[in-house]
Amino acid sequence: MLIFEKSKTGRKCQNLPECDVPVVTLDAKDKREVKLHLPELSEGELSRHYTELAKKSHGVNDGFYPLGSCTMKYNPRVNEVAAGLEGFTDIHPLQPTETVQGCLEVFKTLESYLCEIAGMKRMTFQPAAGAHGEFTGLLLIKAYHKSHGDEKRKKIIVPDSAHGTNPASAAMAGFSVVSVPSGPDGCVDIEKLKEIAGDDVAGLMLTNPNTVGLFDKNILEITKIIHDCGGLCYYDGANLNAVMGTVRPGDMGFDVIHLNLHKTFSTPHGGGGPGSGPVGCKEFLVPFLPSILVEGEDKLVAVKEKDSIGEMKNFYGNFLVVVRALAYVMTLGKEGIPEASKNAVLNANYMMNKLKDLYTMAYDEVCMHEFVMSLADLKKQTGVSAMDIAKGLLDFEIHPPTMYFPLIVDEALMVEPTETESKETMDEAIAVFRKLYETAGEDAESLHNAPMTTPVTRMDEVGAARHPILRYQFED
Amino acid sequence: MGSYVPNTLDERKAMLNEIGYESIDDLFRHIPEQVKIQGGLDIPEGMSEMEVLKKMKEIAKKNKVFPTIFRGAGAYRHYIPAMVNNVISKENLQTAYTPYQAEISQGILQSIFEYQTMMADLTGMDVSNASVYDGATAAAEAVAMCADRKRKKAFVSATVMPSVLEVIKTYCFGNELEIKVIPEKDGVTDIDYLKEHIDKQVACVLIQHPNYYGSLEDAQTIGEVAHEAGAKYVMSVNPISLGALKTPREYGADVAVGDGQPLGLPIAFGGPYLGFMTCVESMMRKLPGRVVGETEDHNGKKGYVLTLQAREQHIRREKASSNICSNQALCALAVGVYLSCMGNEGVTKAAEQSMSKAHYMAEKLAGAGFKVENKQNFFHEFVTVSDTPSEKVLKALEDEDILGGYPLDDKRILWCCTEMNTKEEIDKAVSILKEV
Repeated sequence: MLIFEKSKTGRKCQNLPECDVPVVTLDAKDKREVKLHLPELSEGELSRHYTELAKKSHGVNDGFYPLGSCTMKYNPRVNEVAAGLEGFTDIHPLQPTETVQGCLEVFKTLESYLCEIAGMKRMTFQPAAGAHGEFTGLLLIKAYHKSHGDEKRKKIIVPDSAHGTNPASAAMAGFSVVSVPSGPDGCVDIEKLKEIAGDDVAGLMLTNPNTVGLFDKNILEITKIIHDCGGLCYYDGANLNAVMGTVRPGDMGFDVIHLNLHKTFSTPHGGGGPGSGPVGCKEFLVPFLPSILVEGEDKLVAVKEKDSIGEMKNFYGNFLVVVRALAYVMTLGKEGIPEASKNAVLNANYMMNKLKDLYTMAYDEVCMHEFVMSLADLKKQTGVSAMDIAKGLLDFEIHPPTMYFPLIVDEALMVEPTETESKETMDEAIAVFRKLYETAGEDAESLHNAPMTTPVTRMDEVGAARHPILRYQFED
Repeated sequence: MGSYVPNTLDERKAMLNEIGYESIDDLFRHIPEQVKIQGGLDIPEGMSEMEVLKKMKEIAKKNKVFPTIFRGAGAYRHYIPAMVNNVISKENLQTAYTPYQAEISQGILQSIFEYQTMMADLTGMDVSNASVYDGATAAAEAVAMCADRKRKKAFVSATVMPSVLEVIKTYCFGNELEIKVIPEKDGVTDIDYLKEHIDKQVACVLIQHPNYYGSLEDAQTIGEVAHEAGAKYVMSVNPISLGALKTPREYGADVAVGDGQPLGLPIAFGGPYLGFMTCVESMMRKLPGRVVGETEDHNGKKGYVLTLQAREQHIRREKASSNICSNQALCALAVGVYLSCMGNEGVTKAAEQSMSKAHYMAEKLAGAGFKVENKQNFFHEFVTVSDTPSEKVLKALEDEDILGGYPLDDKRILWCCTEMNTKEEIDKAVSILKEV
């Protein structure tokens, strides 16, 4: 039941005292005339309403969440405590510098750690999410070429296996998108890349390991091809959880990078956000960075670059998300960071090997932190699709893997267990995957109808898009 | 070192053996040696939870928490009901992903549907998206959503928050739309300039109301000028003000945007906040970002799903209406809880009290020699001019643990009051300033 349907005129929570100064009223020309329809409930009823909504939601704490390319690792509680400190939550963004030394220290410290992990010179925390980071990074590339009077570079190369945000960000930055195909090994087709590379190329966007979970071994050659044609290399940090502490994007030849603090650095996804997508770059791109950079040792100051692309959002980024990520990196430290990624890779390989006799792996070789299965054969044999298996998992309280991505794999399911899952959890999930495979052969119909135990069954999405109902309609 | 890896060394070994490997390093053997880090990361060793928290508290202590704040300028300290933090700390909601799997995400989807309804109602619009990053990116996205093949220019008032204008310009460095700034005249948008310069290539006119200086614009007339030229009208508004002020729809706007921070989010050194975007029905399919819709499951049971996804990056790739993927969902939940806790009466009260206290303070400051610059009526922010240097004024307040207004320059200060500022606080601040 919607909160509006529970509302009763006259019920309320008592939050504010009465006004202690003379009340000022507005002239008719600026006074609101249309009625407000906010809910009216007692505090107890409200509290129950949200408890009910929480029960009908599934977070990382509700069970295994192997959502490929999203890195749904455990969100440590100490991070939440740190982010709730009054000394962080109650600081106005425009306070005098000497009164925000702690906030600046948060940025400075995490910047130094993440630049070391990424192999970058400096980093801005202003981008609020991964896609916002991509847009920022691409504008840095645009500004760089412009500063050299090189205005003909209009193309951004993106692999056909890339995240949808890559081409969308390139388009927003005013570039045309050229897709480079993947070879049969799932990696960038080098010969095709050479054909595309030219003096109209502004840059390449890539994630490594790529979206099929493989480390592209030709990475140094790839970044060299782009640099040789005068382009720059952008690293989509979505998959950094596979290699942090082992390989640095900067050493692979990338010039600019975004990280996803809400993936790799354990901050909660919040049902879709807020995230944080800091952008790091090599020294030659630093002059174009947006927002503030923190300088100084004892007395910290915030400075702005004079050739900056300009502000990407108000103020300095999703600060409280940055606080959480700092607590995480402090906890793990120099040994814990690579330990996390190594175990992420171990867990993925463990699951892949325990499933590959039944499920067809899109690429049957050592994977990194995630692997992609193709259910095309299963579908041909039984009619059970990747969607059906995904929905079947819901009845076992397992969040499905990413479905139908990357686009280059037919009937794809992309599984990323992360390092924070135990062997038992994975063994249980493996058993469920195997059971569902059997069910597909024996009783395909039951999987077409899955899930059965969730608050609702499969939704009519076509109807929702065709006749959009995007809000509750009040009677008056 | 701290670690969140559950598997013991023995278990890891057993797992490796089971899949035919000797060590974890075997799994990284195919990575070229040239790109591997030699000698480990140059960052400090990890710490226990106790040490981490102690360190974080030490860092937080280096910030000064002002018990009294008269500064707004884009970040507003309002009262946050206890319920808000309680709800957004619920782990099922806090640790969930974007609700693509509708069957197990009805709680989150319903909360977004409720948020959309409340924001549409508050702004008087037909539809709302599920949030974007903040008020500035909402404004920039609104400009982009109004543009089409024939209209590639936007007029933005000089009286919007300066960083909002900057963000619009940065986004337009990307999408190559042209931005014309409408100058200010007497602290508000120069309507005569707009009338003279607007043409058929203009996609939209964007103003902020109340504007950066707190003043009420002639929002009705600006909308009429925009529409006469066939342009869309975008209003950036402070959502708290809508408890008292006319809605953007009543003023004639096609799109309303703004920062949702005043609705239950802490000032938190600038974020996370949330950008809201609402619009008239005819522009629904141009709205960027996630949108939740009502539908039925296969048994006819009512439920909610992410919808109109044909606009989005994961479907349309380079042809998407925006690249947005992660938004500010948990902040949208906070806003929904805030608005439900406050209810009609609470939001109206917060708006009226903020405005009344600002007017009370302005009057008192005027009595203390600070001339109020606003020529028009203002909401909860206003500008004073004084011969005493701003720095000196603000220092005197800081010494008494009061964060004064935001210095616009050496003489002008932008003040803000909310329901949090008591009469006693205001009187105290003014009495300090009488001595400066």
